[in-house]
Amino acid sequence: MTESKRILVLGSGALKIGQSGEFDYSGSQALKALKEEGKFTILINPNVATVQTSEDIADVTYFLPITPYFVEQVIIKEHPDSIMLAFGGQTALNCGVELYRSGVLEKYGVQVLGTPVQAIINTEDREIFADMLRSIDVKTPKSVAVNSIDEALEVVKEIGYPVIVRAAYTLGGLGSGFCNNDEQLRELAESAFTYSPQILVEESLKGWKEIEYEVVRDCYDNCITVCNMENFDPLGIHTGESIVVAPSQTLSDHEYHMLRQIAIKIIRHVGIVGECNVQYALDPDSDDYRVIEVNARLSRSSALASKATGYPLAFVAAKLGLGFGLDEISNAVTKVTSACFEPALDYVVCKVPRWDLGKFEGVSKLLGSSMKSVGEVMSIGRTFEEAIQKGMRMVGQGMHGFVCNHIKVPDIDFELNNPTDKRLLAIAQAFDEGYSVDKLHDITKIDKWFLYRLHNIWSYKKRLEAVDSPENLDEELMRGAKRMGFSDHQIGSIIYRNSTLSDSHEAGLRIRSYRKNMGVLPVVKQIDTLAGEYPALTNYLYLTYNGTQNDLEFEKDGKSVVVLGSGAYRIGSSVEFDWCGVTAVKKIQQMGYRAIMINYNPETVSTDYDVCDRLFFDELTLERVLDICDMECPKGVIVSTGGQIPNNLALLLDRQGVNILGTSAQSIDMAEDRQKFSCMCDRLGIDQPRWKELSRMEEIHDFVREVGLPVMIRPSYVLSGAAMKVVSNMDELEDSLRNAAVVSKEHPVVVTEFMQKTKEVEIDAVAQNGVIKCYAISEHIEYAGVHSGDATVVFPAQKLYYETIRRIKRISRQIASELNISGPFNIQFLAKDNALKVIECNLRASRSFPFVSKITKFNFIGLATEIMLGKEVEAFGKNFADIDYVGVKCSQFSFARLLHADPVIGVDMASTGEVACIGDNYYEALLKSMLSVGYIIPSKEKGILISSGPSYSKVELLEASRMLVESGYKLYATGGTHRFLAEHGIETIPLHWPDSKKEGPNVMEYLTGHKLDLVINIPKNNTQAELANGYTIRRTAVDHNIPLITNARLASAFIYALCKIGVEGLAIRSWKEYRLSE
Amino acid sequence: MRKVVLQLEDGSQFEARSFGYEKSVSGELVFYTAMTGYPESLTDPSYKGQILVPTYPMIGNYGVPSDEMVCGVSKFYESERIQCSALIISDYSENCSHWDSEQSLGDWLKKWKVPGLCGVDTRALTKKLREQGSMLGKIVFDSEDIPFYNPDEDNLVAQVSTKEPLTYGSGRHKVLLVDCGMKNNILRCLLKHDVSVKRVPWDYDFSGEDYDGLFISNGPGDPRQCGATIEHLRGALQDDRPIMGICLGNQLLALAAGASTYKLKYGHRGHNQPVVIPGTHRCFITSQNHGFAIDETTLPGDWEVMFRNLNDGTNEGIRHKSKPFFSTQFHPEASSGPVDTESLFAEFVKNMADYDRK
Repeated sequence: MTESKRILVLGSGALKIGQSGEFDYSGSQALKALKEEGKFTILINPNVATVQTSEDIADVTYFLPITPYFVEQVIIKEHPDSIMLAFGGQTALNCGVELYRSGVLEKYGVQVLGTPVQAIINTEDREIFADMLRSIDVKTPKSVAVNSIDEALEVVKEIGYPVIVRAAYTLGGLGSGFCNNDEQLRELAESAFTYSPQILVEESLKGWKEIEYEVVRDCYDNCITVCNMENFDPLGIHTGESIVVAPSQTLSDHEYHMLRQIAIKIIRHVGIVGECNVQYALDPDSDDYRVIEVNARLSRSSALASKATGYPLAFVAAKLGLGFGLDEISNAVTKVTSACFEPALDYVVCKVPRWDLGKFEGVSKLLGSSMKSVGEVMSIGRTFEEAIQKGMRMVGQGMHGFVCNHIKVPDIDFELNNPTDKRLLAIAQAFDEGYSVDKLHDITKIDKWFLYRLHNIWSYKKRLEAVDSPENLDEELMRGAKRMGFSDHQIGSIIYRNSTLSDSHEAGLRIRSYRKNMGVLPVVKQIDTLAGEYPALTNYLYLTYNGTQNDLEFEKDGKSVVVLGSGAYRIGSSVEFDWCGVTAVKKIQQMGYRAIMINYNPETVSTDYDVCDRLFFDELTLERVLDICDMECPKGVIVSTGGQIPNNLALLLDRQGVNILGTSAQSIDMAEDRQKFSCMCDRLGIDQPRWKELSRMEEIHDFVREVGLPVMIRPSYVLSGAAMKVVSNMDELEDSLRNAAVVSKEHPVVVTEFMQKTKEVEIDAVAQNGVIKCYAISEHIEYAGVHSGDATVVFPAQKLYYETIRRIKRISRQIASELNISGPFNIQFLAKDNALKVIECNLRASRSFPFVSKITKFNFIGLATEIMLGKEVEAFGKNFADIDYVGVKCSQFSFARLLHADPVIGVDMASTGEVACIGDNYYEALLKSMLSVGYIIPSKEKGILISSGPSYSKVELLEASRMLVESGYKLYATGGTHRFLAEHGIETIPLHWPDSKKEGPNVMEYLTGHKLDLVINIPKNNTQAELANGYTIRRTAVDHNIPLITNARLASAFIYALCKIGVEGLAIRSWKEYRLSE
Repeated sequence: MRKVVLQLEDGSQFEARSFGYEKSVSGELVFYTAMTGYPESLTDPSYKGQILVPTYPMIGNYGVPSDEMVCGVSKFYESERIQCSALIISDYSENCSHWDSEQSLGDWLKKWKVPGLCGVDTRALTKKLREQGSMLGKIVFDSEDIPFYNPDEDNLVAQVSTKEPLTYGSGRHKVLLVDCGMKNNILRCLLKHDVSVKRVPWDYDFSGEDYDGLFISNGPGDPRQCGATIEHLRGALQDDRPIMGICLGNQLLALAAGASTYKLKYGHRGHNQPVVIPGTHRCFITSQNHGFAIDETTLPGDWEVMFRNLNDGTNEGIRHKSKPFFSTQFHPEASSGPVDTESLFAEFVKNMADYDRK
């Protein structure tokens, strides 16, 4: 191996289900490791919101799609001598394998660092892999690879039902599931074959324990296992969907080391250099096992293992890729010991996934063998009880812990047998109903140890229920409750169950004050990788009540600044807020303060302990933030860089005397409270769409008569528009109101007039004492009606009137001044002609801050942080509307993972990630950006289907269709569209609707036969039959991996870019090469 | 659970609750960082006289397996009984769950009359032991006060060694195993090979014995207490027959060769200790449990360092430059712990085979 000097690193692109923020963490760490060794690094990653694509991380960054074509172009241009494939998830790995197979890497003399590609290929092909393991006497599930459904039915005769079906080469179990009979097998196999030409039929190990090991090997054949993890949920639920604990809790030493040894045997045999993950099924009644999966790259589990242990796996893996031995790398925490060791934990961590399935119509909520969760949290405690209760609060889905929840499961037995994200609530309810641990174990197969521990929590709640006033809550009982992970809120809700207190926070705050008087306080413990064996100056911390001594002393000098993180990734709050948080932390440090981060998301860079001066890996609740402020006595707290969770804490913290830095808590409340904000707008003469907060049906009908249909319906205090919906007829209205009432009982419904064919425009800005210091105006390609988190955003805005821009600035100045904003804010407008209406105003960083900061190369958060820390700043002189290039931000959807969900975009946010690319013009940037989220240049052999929906979108797509035909594309169309285009002289091939019984070609045959490379289907609010047909087309396209566009304006823009620019017209230019202006 | 106090030599106290046998005991407090393997550790004779403090907070999760015997060796335990003086943990799993569990940890401790304390901030206790060094401690129930006890002053080996010679297996190579407080897994590891084992008491004079290889086991306490073993070993070193030692066996071999040993500040006890073969990049993760170590600078010229601790540079094994003698400070037999170095037993057996051929 020659010494590498120029190294190309592939990122993972947009966040999607199964491939989330963990790869920003692993890529950032790898780049840091390479930089430390003086390597020149080139990064390709279109994910503009990531930390790894910030300045000073890679030497050169390309916001380009991670596809073989673009990677090859970058190789030609940058001539790297090496490439790293292990840090960008399956996307980078698949791309690397293709480049290897096609000979591109060899052609340009690019060597692969770390695990050889052939080794990766061997682990990815299940049959080859099973053979490899058999040759070293390692057991795998009985499994047969088949190439047809008939073959599948044949082999199941040998294996016997139940079986699991899996597709090879897919992300997080895509297209896999359990089958109990021929019918189910046929159905599942059919879908699996659409992802892969080969599927596997395997023996089912449902109910076995699921255990994972993270293994590391260096070029000297030294092997270590950094961590093992045990799934709370038995096999059958994808590990990405499972609650996971580390280290394992129910394994004996013999089992632990038996599996550890097998993991090492495998990594040696495969020849991995770097990191890999081995997943096992372990028989709960013997020490029999099966290896179920090996990931020859950094994975979600390895990110979790890194955070769980403090062992920087990605950093170490990158160093190993350069040819270092484990013994040559030092332990990042202790500095005095070696990285060649296995961390010893003196705490337990608990990972709890976060789902957002409520946002999708038609999707099944059942947890199974494919992954649907969009994020996860990690909680740390010194008992399982403490960790799990923390974790349940952290996921942020309205749970207060294991007990004391208002959410009820309607049918306990059904839930236990068919687990969803509510299964823990069902277990708590089952204890209420008198179910024993044995009975619950029989139903769920969850190990009794976990159930006993949950039962401990439940029993303790019973003990607390015997107390009816805080005076009777003695210190021992209080301490016991805290050791079990009860929050003040939980204890308060039990003790004050019969009192009427002013608000829901009052009970918890009263308990807090009793508790502090008693001296029942949490202690701070360090995560030091060696369980205290060596002294470590680690700043990686958590709070626990299972201890009596703090591990460190606090300066309490007011020289620290607390930054609240963003919590679990969810739809609407993702890696962009991690970037904001990390950026704020860096600026705080530059200004001579200590930066204190509080966050609990293991997929983030902000939870890397070397990013800040002190990391509290703990809850973002009022109670915990106050605990930490009590210990730290900081200068203040920044709530505006972590999205909605910290924003919602602002007023509560302020009331408890915590100094909120930047914009005041009262102003934040003024912007958040719809009523107050509206009054303010009226006062300032700023227009808003007409809206009313209503709680009675008659009132709603009256209002709808006044403003006319369609109207938009939503609850207050939303981030990504939970349960938000546009309704265009009375039936829909009634339907949605029933649903909305369930979501927010205490809150009335907000009904807003809905403006059609209206542009949506956003301003991201930073102000000081009410004066705007910098701003960026961007516009959406789609008309209003598409959530701003799903919309395709162009910056600088390209198609606005000067007058509109002038008015936007004027209104923004008025609002900034009125709310005396000091910090970041974002306002969204509707613009029709030159009339502007304000639809949303957030006095915090918005999703688009990293986007505009990176396109303008001016760090909005950096400036905002300076302001929040009290530095007088100059207004930024440059007008960003003048820059010589354009950035386009596109959304990534994960519909393929969400079986049955209607893949249509609307006012409720559905995307899981985003990318942004830069071009010399709008269309170039758009095309790059769309190619980055999975759209492809359609081949001329295949075709494009247009089903253009309502008449206005037919018109919208007219020119685009003409362009496609003129460019030589084969165009297919459904009935109405075909007729419309024919009338305008555009020839298309007509296809029948899915439900049509007519002779002749049907859409379905073209979709399932993979004869289409793009489907444009614009939903239409019409008859049930048309809706059903539309859904079938959209869903089938998604299920068959055919790119789909459901918005006419986006489709038209894409086609224009496709025909006028084409892939040849896309400049391969790094971020640096785009200069603001000459 | 009954409240009880742990008192330390330096005057500090920890409040705790009792989940084991209720009697006052004293001993040397030592922490270990392994996250699994409490049944193995509690029955490890090397912990004789010591009060064990696992750093992992939840202990007892998977109960305790049965005392079933296979071919004269306990299937699950490292000796026939709990050896340490007491166990101190943070959180006790009263309800345990495992297919091979026969009883709870608490019941097992009661059976062997060993106190178990929970509710202690074991991390704080560990940090104290790390900073101030291993120290004496006592658990006092009610008014039943007792003096501190320093196990290093006693010949613990004599207490835990077999009283009579015992034989196991019927293989080709005859191993003479000097039991200084042997862990059963040494026997199990040896018996996987073509050997027969004669296990003898620590002070057994084996100079006239007919054997192919000599094995010196692990054991508790200060190696200098084992004068008789060292004396017999000196004789064996004149001979050319293969020798292997583990842990205390490593120290005894060094003492017999003329080197000296010293007490570490707080020892190595855990499953994650990296050792390296000097001059190479070859490392192994090992299971360890020792408070004493060989002073490498005193090693005679015909001996060399076989392994060294990657973290603190202390000696982890020695080897004779020309004769088939070697020993390790760590535990290649593991149980509990990683089994990465079990091949050293094969090396010992190979040495016997090579010697045979000569």
